[in-house]
Amino acid sequence: MITAILPEIALTVAALLILMVDIWLKKKVIIGYLALVGIAATLVLVLQSLAVEGYSFSQMIVNDNFGFFFQVLFLVAAFITVLLSMHYFRDNTQILGEYYSLLLFAVLGMIFMVKATDLVMVFIGIETLSLSVYILSGCLREDRRSGEAALKYILLGAFSTAFLLFGIALIFGVTGTTNLNAVAAAIAGKNILLDPMLLLAMVMLLVGIGFKISLVPFHMWTPDVYEGAPTPVTAFMSVGVKAAALAVFLRVFLMALPLLNPTWRHLLVGISVLTMTVGNIIAISQDNIKRMLAYSSIAHAGYLLIGMIAGGETGISSMLYYLVVYTFMNLGAFAVVIAFGNKGEDNLAISDYAGLGSRFPALAFVMTLFMLSLAGIPPLSGFMGKFYIFSAAVKEGYIGLAVIGVINSLISVYYYLRVTVMMYMKKPEREIIVAPVQPGLLLTLVITAFLTLQIGLFPSFYLELARASLF
Amino acid sequence: MDIAGIPILTFLVFFPLVGILFLLFMPSGNGKLIKWAANIITALELVFSLFLLSGFNRTVDGMQFVERASWIKSLDIQYLVGIDGISLLLILLATLLTFLATLSSWSAVKDRLKEYYIFMLLLEVGMIGVFVSLDFILFYVFWELMLVPMYFLIGIWGGERKLYAAIKFFLYTLFGSVMMLVAILVIYSHYGTFDLMKIMAQGNLLPMAIQSWVFLAFFLGFAIKVPMFPFHTWLPDAHVEAPTAGSVLLAGILLKMGTYGFVRFSLPLFPDACKKYMPYVIILALISIVYGALVSLMQKDMKKLIAYSSVSHMGFVMLGIFAFTPTALKGAILQMINHGISTGALFLIVGIVYERRHTRLIAEFGGLSSRMPIYAAVFLIITMSSIGLPGLNGFIGEFMILMGTFAVNPVWAMIAALGIILGAGYMLWLYQRVMFGKLENPANEKLSDLNLRELATFIPLIILAFWIGIMPKPFLDVLDKPVEKIVKIINPTYYDKPPLEIKKDGTPVHGGNAGSHETPAEAHTGEVK
Repeated sequence: MITAILPEIALTVAALLILMVDIWLKKKVIIGYLALVGIAATLVLVLQSLAVEGYSFSQMIVNDNFGFFFQVLFLVAAFITVLLSMHYFRDNTQILGEYYSLLLFAVLGMIFMVKATDLVMVFIGIETLSLSVYILSGCLREDRRSGEAALKYILLGAFSTAFLLFGIALIFGVTGTTNLNAVAAAIAGKNILLDPMLLLAMVMLLVGIGFKISLVPFHMWTPDVYEGAPTPVTAFMSVGVKAAALAVFLRVFLMALPLLNPTWRHLLVGISVLTMTVGNIIAISQDNIKRMLAYSSIAHAGYLLIGMIAGGETGISSMLYYLVVYTFMNLGAFAVVIAFGNKGEDNLAISDYAGLGSRFPALAFVMTLFMLSLAGIPPLSGFMGKFYIFSAAVKEGYIGLAVIGVINSLISVYYYLRVTVMMYMKKPEREIIVAPVQPGLLLTLVITAFLTLQIGLFPSFYLELARASLF
Repeated sequence: MDIAGIPILTFLVFFPLVGILFLLFMPSGNGKLIKWAANIITALELVFSLFLLSGFNRTVDGMQFVERASWIKSLDIQYLVGIDGISLLLILLATLLTFLATLSSWSAVKDRLKEYYIFMLLLEVGMIGVFVSLDFILFYVFWELMLVPMYFLIGIWGGERKLYAAIKFFLYTLFGSVMMLVAILVIYSHYGTFDLMKIMAQGNLLPMAIQSWVFLAFFLGFAIKVPMFPFHTWLPDAHVEAPTAGSVLLAGILLKMGTYGFVRFSLPLFPDACKKYMPYVIILALISIVYGALVSLMQKDMKKLIAYSSVSHMGFVMLGIFAFTPTALKGAILQMINHGISTGALFLIVGIVYERRHTRLIAEFGGLSSRMPIYAAVFLIITMSSIGLPGLNGFIGEFMILMGTFAVNPVWAMIAALGIILGAGYMLWLYQRVMFGKLENPANEKLSDLNLRELATFIPLIILAFWIGIMPKPFLDVLDKPVEKIVKIINPTYYDKPPLEIKKDGTPVHGGNAGSHETPAEAHTGEVK
């Protein structure tokens, strides 16, 4: 039984170890390497955990391909986040012990989230993740915006947690169980499909989870928190937290509420259209690159929902594939944002990117790659991702949704291109000093840029992986 | 047919990409080396593309040099390339114009040389890729890929309002193509394949309702590219701001992709929808012809004038395509080549004086012929070619389009002929204002005539203009089979009727249903041959 949660144990041990070592260690930089080792070790254990497929802990936890896929994704995202943090916190090493251990705890929560097959377990996972990320987003004590972000996040987050918990309670009230499979069986057996309590419960769950994915209209916190949080944490939130919440979303709605599918599908169509459109349109007017990427990440959640609406093998696997694509291109974009910062100055205004093209051609080139990929221009991975999602939608007859999707990606081109306009076609307004890029960051840039190209040109492996990872 | 063991089409598509890698490793400080390298790469590409001619069989009905490889198996996407006569001509035009555009940039582009030539080569990859792709998604990938280098060429090396023009160009054309993407997905959900050859071989068409929608989506994508009135507003901006080489390729090749798309996809795949919407398309084409010409008349900026004249000329091409007769269609395709030659040359001509004077306003010039006699001669020939003077290329294309259209509806041909008259008007007036009269502006006194390199950029175009004008047969011959195939789908009754005319040598004239209207056309082309 213990073998079913070996990765979680490893992660916990690593996180605690980091906290202890932190007390004695003078050279805090080493902690980053410890975190990397911890994540790598967990990854190895995850790869082995496939052998113990099936339920464990009284059906609270499942080891399946779906969870496996997400765990690998989370760990890779966390690994890259650590690499980013090593550069970002190079002069601010005092907090690194808490920082890295909280990051690992956040990943722990995410892993529990995707493995959970019980609403209580889901809740525990989400809370483990959320509490860690609340603190992470506020960990720059000197920076008032970081504090503001944390406060905003924790207040609104607590609010959404209440919704989630209320939803779980209602589900329990109606069906008498919190186990996802049992809930589905109860709904099928008791003929309570139209029970208003059940519908209310579904909506509550949607609100609670939608908050974490930052779906419109539950997205209000996103830009402020993304802007205020330390950039590596923002990067982690935009890919890791979002992916974990989506995984829970899929697990709960497809496993426990499949019979309500027509109902939530209708709701999701509206939410998806709103999420894409609002995210993209507001992103246009942003002058801060982190806020711009925040709104862009909202819009991407909208595209992802299209896959879920289309449903079926194609729809869900298109979502998973898109998540892989999105993870790398978005982390890459944040890596450039981090690389462009300097001590005391983050250079976050989009106008700061003016002239980057001639001064740092390589950095500008990879940024162009990420921007074009986020915009969905072939042959980059972002195009393949969108292509797969839209083709799933068309296949299931959601042609209107696909049209709205492509129009949205057209809108998004405008603000992604604005960055390239700045970099290549404008003269710099002020002198910008960029700190030397550390090896970890360099590695991140190379890997993410390579994958952004490779997943676009030769997506077969990743597509097969996504298809094999359904439950 | 292989080059260095690689099938020729793949080689042609990816050779510029190899060139890019090559350029990447050159020191960016050494401008001369980069220029030489870029010119040699595009010249080699031109030479390699000529190899296509030796292997091309014009009597074969269907695609040639076909290569098929699985690319993304799980999504049914293949790497499928092949060409017929239509794509053959366009590929040759693309390699030629890219080479000339590169050559013309020698002294026009001074900063960021390395990036500039890399984008030129990337553009070439996209252009050739579009013309060889026979898989919808592969086609789409190249189609969009091309936007990126063009965007940067306009945005970095462009004129004053380059940012506006670059973004407008990108968004406008992307808008059309994303709609096309959805339509492609709809086609896939019907046929279960992205393979154009397989879809064509199946022979069954989409249901009418779907056809209409898909046609409209494709129409949007292609009409914006052509561009047809009222989707043309990006074109003057893009042209005016683009660097000379960018304008040449934009007018010479990129616009052709729209009309190529109609010929390759819309006509054969959605014939019923084409017929249904034909009157509207024709009306738009006629408006484009007349409107483009009228607006050209009142332009003060030479580049803008030529840009609007493109709208007018491409209207002719659209008219020819949607007349659904072999003569008109052949004329339209030939006119695509002609427009590439003459308008490409016209932009080069404007580029010459712009490089010397940094202005394109017509009023700034006048009397240049006394200072630049060779330039004046080149300009004159190209002007005549653009107007459609018999003996030069423009005449053949326009004549065939009008002839083929007249057979269907004389009124269309008459309105279109108005465009030719107006075209002669604005081009001759432009020539007169720039070249003749007294040289009054002192800034023009020191203008130097064409140097050898500049002359070299025009010579191939002038030769081609005369060649097509005097002996168009080799060009029309390669179009015979593909055009026949398309017309058989879209206008099957055309070939059903018995031939009415018998030529002197006893061979029946192709598709004589157009009756006596057809005879002069055939007689004419026969005579020119």
